[in-house]
Amino acid sequence: MDSALFVHRLHFAFTATFHYLFPQLTMGLALLIVVLKTIGLRRNDPMYHEAARFWGRIFGINFVLGVVTGIPMEFQFGTNWSHFSRFAGGVIGQTLAMEGMFAFFLESAFLGLFLYGEKRLSPKAHWLSAVAVFVGSWLSGYFIIATDAFMQHPIGYFTAADGSLQLKSFWDFVLNPWAGWQYAHNMSGAAITGAFIMTAVGAFYLLSGNWTAHARIFVKAGVIAGCVFSVLQIFPTGDRQGKMVTESQPVTLAAMEGLFQGRSGAPLVIVGQPNEQEGKIDNPLAVPGMLSMLTYRRWNANVRGLDAFPKQDWPGNIPLLYYSYHIMVGLGTFFVAVMVVALFLLWRGKLFEARWMLWILMLAAPFPYIANTAGWMTAELGRQPWLVYGLMRTEAGYSTVVSAGNGMFTLLGFMGIYTVLGILFLFLIRREIEQGPVSEAASNLHRATEAR
Amino acid sequence: MASLWFCIVAVMIATYVVLDGFDLGAGAIYLMAAKTNDERRRVLRAIGPVWDGNEVWLLAAGGTLYFAFPQLYASSFSGFYLPLTIVLWLLMLRAIGIEFRAHVENPVWQDFFDVVFSVSSILLAVFFGAALGNVIRGVPLDATGYFFEPLWTNFKLGPRTGILDWYTVLTGVVALVTLTAHGSYYVALKTDEDLGRRARGFALLCWPVQFFLTFSTLVATYFIRPEVMTNYGKHPIGLLVPIVVVASLGVMLWANPKGKEKLAFVASSLYITAMLVGAAFALYPDVLPARDRQHSLTIYNTAAGSHGLSVGLVWWTLGAALAVAYFVFVYRMFRGKVVLGEGHY
Ligand code: HDD
Ligand code: HEM
Ligand code: HEM
Repeated sequence: MDSALFVHRLHFAFTATFHYLFPQLTMGLALLIVVLKTIGLRRNDPMYHEAARFWGRIFGINFVLGVVTGIPMEFQFGTNWSHFSRFAGGVIGQTLAMEGMFAFFLESAFLGLFLYGEKRLSPKAHWLSAVAVFVGSWLSGYFIIATDAFMQHPIGYFTAADGSLQLKSFWDFVLNPWAGWQYAHNMSGAAITGAFIMTAVGAFYLLSGNWTAHARIFVKAGVIAGCVFSVLQIFPTGDRQGKMVTESQPVTLAAMEGLFQGRSGAPLVIVGQPNEQEGKIDNPLAVPGMLSMLTYRRWNANVRGLDAFPKQDWPGNIPLLYYSYHIMVGLGTFFVAVMVVALFLLWRGKLFEARWMLWILMLAAPFPYIANTAGWMTAELGRQPWLVYGLMRTEAGYSTVVSAGNGMFTLLGFMGIYTVLGILFLFLIRREIEQGPVSEAASNLHRATEAR
Repeated sequence: MASLWFCIVAVMIATYVVLDGFDLGAGAIYLMAAKTNDERRRVLRAIGPVWDGNEVWLLAAGGTLYFAFPQLYASSFSGFYLPLTIVLWLLMLRAIGIEFRAHVENPVWQDFFDVVFSVSSILLAVFFGAALGNVIRGVPLDATGYFFEPLWTNFKLGPRTGILDWYTVLTGVVALVTLTAHGSYYVALKTDEDLGRRARGFALLCWPVQFFLTFSTLVATYFIRPEVMTNYGKHPIGLLVPIVVVASLGVMLWANPKGKEKLAFVASSLYITAMLVGAAFALYPDVLPARDRQHSLTIYNTAAGSHGLSVGLVWWTLGAALAVAYFVFVYRMFRGKVVLGEGHY
């Protein structure tokens, strides 16, 4: 592999993966904060307002990290992927510019009001600023997903005389059917992160016996949202994503599933390691016919395997792709299982006393991050060897003027800065969680009354 | 159509410099002008609710540049790879300097983030000035439309220049002084007592330097690139630019000692706008001049397809109108002198 190409890919993968750790919580929490504030406003219940304020503080810290790590993303298309930008900028520049004009302005303007303006605004107006932040972050998600969807499934373009892609139909491009399902799936994934984190913090408070009244709100809201979105994540959104891949990127599907030889009545591998040398799965645990059923809705349908495609069109890193996909799906199944049980206990009024369940809910906090990251790895590795599917190969898109050495220099710099940022983030979040949902002065009093 | 987008991008960049410029400038004087914890918090409160929005103008300008002139975005961002990455690092450090300081009430923690914030603001101002200097001076583009520049070579102008040479260092310093003055006017406008007085003092100190540097850069620019005068010769309306520059310098000199900070701030904004418009006017239709003139990137050989550009006009207008509305609203909400004691910072 050309080493400059490798450095640029790693550069983008590292910064994108790190960036996406933050927006997923931003988007998930933005939704839940609106829910908390709405309930607080309608029931006129100060507890809910306090809960919203607490999550607003967490949101604020998380948002800063999202902004700080997002800025480099916007520029990397030019710095590290200049040939790609020249080739596709006439189309994807649209959504990237729209993201700035419509989403970032909205979000940044109203975030200041939401975080610092509660005393200056009426409760209704403050609620509106929370809604504006929510809309801004979800819009931002759409524009960037539409950009990615074009790379997965280009549509609405034509090839100009100089070989670059140019916009032909704005609406075809912006309403790319791929983007619709990808967006639904991805946003539901973000909501899962928000819900699991809210639940985990509530479970932690309940287990340690602090702020139990707030904790009940967190767990209740988190479990309900977590259950709804975990189910939506698999059906219909995950299922539809799989269908789109089957139709438009059949070779990707074969690699994701580790299906080396095509066959009718293809099995679904649950466990097993892909063995590329011998073209098979080692020690498989598989459900016969299931893959055919899931992809074509028939038990005996014929699914094309990797052998149906020329080797130069195979995704470059099949084992990593396979594991990413299986980790995502495995965790998705786990999420549904956990949340359904938790919701059942909640409904029976037993959840807050079921310490074993609270332990599970608390320890589950990191898993949505892993699932979301694995999902993106699936999408991005599965797209290989194409940068824009079927139109431009990845090796043709990077900045040839930037040498491997210069790329490595900035990659190391980002790694260093991101390490520091990560530590700062964890430190500040830990402090917020420790200080609890009640404002400083009130909290001692609160603790005293609860101890009685 | 490409010309229109040239103007739009230029206006967006000017808006960015005017808006983010005042919080960069506030950062530049921060360590010296704001001495006590209370004063530092007041400076941060003055920019806290708005700096992120201001910075979005940079992102939006970058996005719009990408959309309207993809080839320019590709060449310039990869060619300026190193300085641009350093700018990104500085932007990141500055953001956490502003946002994380208030979270922990500990003097060591706070001093650390104070220095991070101020130093990164100063360096950013210099880098932005140097970037403009590079564009005006021209870069070593080749026939493929790409170039790559190291950070510096020997600081001389020649066939193998780096990002930094004497000319771009000069433009960097001009930017620093200009934004320091701009930020001082803003701090003077938003605060009072000792802090406000000190900020006014800084602005007063900056003025003669700014005056002197303005003229030396103009001379230096003419010296290294005489073509900058062509458009002024063809379209005498461009001569409005130097008039506005001189007039706004005059207003700043007059208004500041009188305590008319608002007027001084407006004049400083006009000065910045005029300098940038002047540069854009001189460049047009080039967007990135090459040392070897035939390889220059112009609006014609870098613009996106015409259908895309006309569609963009529709949503851009809508988006810009909304953005301006938010800004007016937010600045009105946080208008007046800063009072401590609500919210954080
Ligand atoms: C909480 C996170 C999460 C969970 C539990 C799941 N996913 Fe997912 N998945 C994502 C988070 C995610 C993601 C991060 O949002 C991705 C990456 C790109 C995208 O749009 O969504 C994604 C992509 C993605 C793709 C790749 C599309 C492509 O190649 O472009 C498929 C086929 C699925 N998902 C299918 C599923 C199925 C069948 C699941 C059933 C359990 C599932 N996902 C659970
Ligand atoms: C929606 C916005 C995104 C866009 C437009 C995008 C675009 C790109 C581009 C241009 C590359 C480099 C070319 C390549 O290697 O194919 C890339 C690679 C990659 N991206 Fe994304 N990306 C997006 C989101 C993400 C997110 C959120 C993640 C991670 C959580 C991610 C993970 C990766 C990985 C792992 C690679 C490396 C793949 C490889 O080089 O083999 N991407 N993506
Ligand atoms: C590789 C492509 C990406 C680019 C170029 C990019 C760019 C950016 C930028 C510049 C910011 C800072 C905005 C500000 O200053 O307010 C940002 C934040 C954000 N990004 Fe990304 N991003 C990418 C990937 C993603 C993905 C895949 C998502 C989710 C679907 C996403 C969602 C968000 C959201 C919601 C925010 C605002 C909230 C926050 O800052 O935490 N981004 N992004």
